[in-house]
Amino acid sequence: MKSAIAKQDYPHVSVETGTISAVTGIGDCFHCGLPIPPELDLYVNIDGVDQPMCCHGCQAVAEIIIGSGHENFYRVRTEVSPTGQGLVPEFLRATEVYDVPEIQGQFVHSLGADTREASLILEGITCAACIWLNEQYIAGLPGVTDVRVNYATQRALVRWDEKQIKLSEILQSIQKIGYRALPYNPDQQQESHRQQRRLQLRRLAVAGLFGMQVMMISISLYAGAWSGMEASFEQFFRWISLGLTLPVILYSATPFFMSAGRDLARHQVGMDVPVSLAIGIAFASSAWATINGQGEIYFDSVVMFVFFLSASRYFENMARQRCAASVEQLAQSMPVVTTRLAPDGGAEESVAAATLAIGDRVLVRPGETVPADGEIISGFSALDESLLNGESIPLDKNIGDRLLGGSINVTNPLQMEVKSVGADTVMAEIQRTIERAQAEKPPLARLADRVAARFISFVLLIVVSVAVFWWLHDAERWFEIALAVLIVSCPCALSLATPTAISASLGKLQSAGLLVKRGSALENLNRVTHVVFDKTGTLTRGRPRLERVICSAEYDRGECMQIAAALEQHSEHPLARVLVQEAGILEKRKLTRIASTAGGGICASIDDEDYFIGNGNYIASHCSAEIPAQWLEEIAADAVTAVVLARTDRVIAMFTFVDDLREDAKTLITHLQNLGKSVILMTGDRDAAARQVADLTGIPDHRAQMTPRAKMEAVQALQQESAVVLMIGDGVNDAPVLSSADVSIAMGGASSLAKTNADIVLTANHLPAIAQAMVVAARTQRNIYQNMGWALMYNFGAIPAAAMGLIAPWLAAIGMSVSSLLVVLNALRLTR
Amino acid sequence: MEIIYLLIPISLILLGVIVWILLWAVRDGQYDDLEGPAHRILMDEDRIVDTQKNSRRGDAG
Repeated sequence: MKSAIAKQDYPHVSVETGTISAVTGIGDCFHCGLPIPPELDLYVNIDGVDQPMCCHGCQAVAEIIIGSGHENFYRVRTEVSPTGQGLVPEFLRATEVYDVPEIQGQFVHSLGADTREASLILEGITCAACIWLNEQYIAGLPGVTDVRVNYATQRALVRWDEKQIKLSEILQSIQKIGYRALPYNPDQQQESHRQQRRLQLRRLAVAGLFGMQVMMISISLYAGAWSGMEASFEQFFRWISLGLTLPVILYSATPFFMSAGRDLARHQVGMDVPVSLAIGIAFASSAWATINGQGEIYFDSVVMFVFFLSASRYFENMARQRCAASVEQLAQSMPVVTTRLAPDGGAEESVAAATLAIGDRVLVRPGETVPADGEIISGFSALDESLLNGESIPLDKNIGDRLLGGSINVTNPLQMEVKSVGADTVMAEIQRTIERAQAEKPPLARLADRVAARFISFVLLIVVSVAVFWWLHDAERWFEIALAVLIVSCPCALSLATPTAISASLGKLQSAGLLVKRGSALENLNRVTHVVFDKTGTLTRGRPRLERVICSAEYDRGECMQIAAALEQHSEHPLARVLVQEAGILEKRKLTRIASTAGGGICASIDDEDYFIGNGNYIASHCSAEIPAQWLEEIAADAVTAVVLARTDRVIAMFTFVDDLREDAKTLITHLQNLGKSVILMTGDRDAAARQVADLTGIPDHRAQMTPRAKMEAVQALQQESAVVLMIGDGVNDAPVLSSADVSIAMGGASSLAKTNADIVLTANHLPAIAQAMVVAARTQRNIYQNMGWALMYNFGAIPAAAMGLIAPWLAAIGMSVSSLLVVLNALRLTR
Repeated sequence: MEIIYLLIPISLILLGVIVWILLWAVRDGQYDDLEGPAHRILMDEDRIVDTQKNSRRGDAG
């Protein structure tokens, strides 16, 4: 192995010095960080140093990145890149359908004669350097006129010249640097969210800018009142203030007036009723005072009030929209393109899934997603419906069985007849359910709203009694004091307390590699007492690696690999993929009579000799010879999976696969135990495998051979003993148990967001981020309490003072603003 | 002090320009991604394009 030599010049230099920094471990693939299989000898020269690669895929990707002059990518990245293993040629072919005009109609916009624009979802983004690389690389393609990648949403907006480059070529180019891009159609909800966000921002900007001017003039007026000022100047300043406040009232404050109007129409009092009253009354009386040339003006209080309230609404809305994005992800799992068959079952045609009609016949290849609900008319296959019902094991389906849109065809091609489309499908129903659930506020927020409504009625009552009291005692000051009470009682800081702290933490966690889908997850994370881990794909890498090849005397290793790979080329099984990959370049062999058995193996003839490859049972039923006992002993001792290659009369070879433990698994477990959490390992795997992992990571409690249902029941049993359970799983297989836990974290990239019920998705390939999340959750909770405490103290302290006439309206407005500002600044401490 | 009758309208015109620029920036989507530019600025420098180094398979390793 050459990596031992390469080790010496492996530069462990920090980013600041500008040298290539190693984010991968020694002896692992420089590009993707996976271990390098023995006897593989692939290198790419990066900045004068030969860096080891784990497969031809990674090598090709790295060479293209270096070749296009983007070696900076390796300097600045902070996470390993998605692996080049299994860069599938089928995908390259599949992109060509995106050139068909009817399909383009869905997501490509024409801007002038030849200029086109489309939004792309990028998959495989692990850190900021990936964004940079994609931007630079796409922008460098001839014919691409503009590209912008959104860091937060991992979407790219691309503009290109149709005459020079085709959409499929852009998609294929992105694939070549190791990422996957798919065009998508931003749905209406998302578009309206964006419009709403921009409108709010514009309102905020207007309130802020005009507000600053009003404040500036107010200061002159205060100074003038102190040291004397010519009446003509004073009157001029007052008119200017009125002019500057007008846009704030008419543009920025409209949402408050509209919301208050809605509340009153429904005979309710919301928070916007006193807000609108304060704004409206203060502005009207100030305007009247300006026109008459006598009396107090409160323009400064009005603009400041509108600005800070708009800011708090904006923050709150941002936090909510972040959560809503997950629904949109679910919509993305429906395929946009599908293969329609002519009514006689002959000609194939690529069409947009949205154009399917009831009665159409559709071909669904293995690995493709079923485009609509329907019935199988030809073929049989296993279907993965985990997205729809959380069932992790693919179900076998035959002619006449029902297919659900959104499920994934696993093994064989199928022909189906479409029975329902669009809004009538099961998937659409699930989506509606999720949207409803998200529209509902969490119980705590509902309680807060009820309390706020009472509080506001109470405030209005106080304002009226204070006004009446002062009217009777000091008729000159009643208006000023009532206004001060109305402004000071604004529960603005109180309403800012939670959303600012949560959105600050979400931002912090996102940069640490954790995507939080529900804000309430942070609160629950803080209460966790038990942490339950899944094994495969969570504590281990979840990618099998070929460990050993045991050959019988008549065959050598190379030959075994060649035969095995030739057979396994026709299988979609993950282990098959590994074997084909490892075999390298395949010799041409003519295979006939290929037949596969789901959950067993595959059989084919080469030169009139029948070969079988599959699991032990499959081989036992097709081969007369026994698997040598000493081979079986070897797999019994270790936690490995085995595949056997055989002929009808003898066993040829056995391939063993291991799933490596993640290096940082132990670090995480130790962290969690130091935080005082009980750690449990639950796996569907054999006891030996579970014990091995538990011993290596230091988990005291491990439970093996558990079905998803058993895991779920175990979690529920823990909950009955009043434990708060955090479940960490690989997302797809663990869907039921993830949803039964109090908080759940799923492993995987942004694309698997849709496939999981998890509250949090770990996007970084870095387990200790989870321990960091727990620390952040605890800090967030503390921060929220501090904010709440301060806000309540301010409101309860200031209202009596204002009612006693000790606070002028301008002072009330400053007090209100400062208390809100303190809350925001306190929350911002979380981002550090 | 009569100069104030000129200076304040000028400041208002400036305000108008600033508001217009800001509204344009919001409409242009410049505030849609607040995180990306912070990273981008760190990475866009000193790109060494050296085609000689391209894709040489290192056998010497």
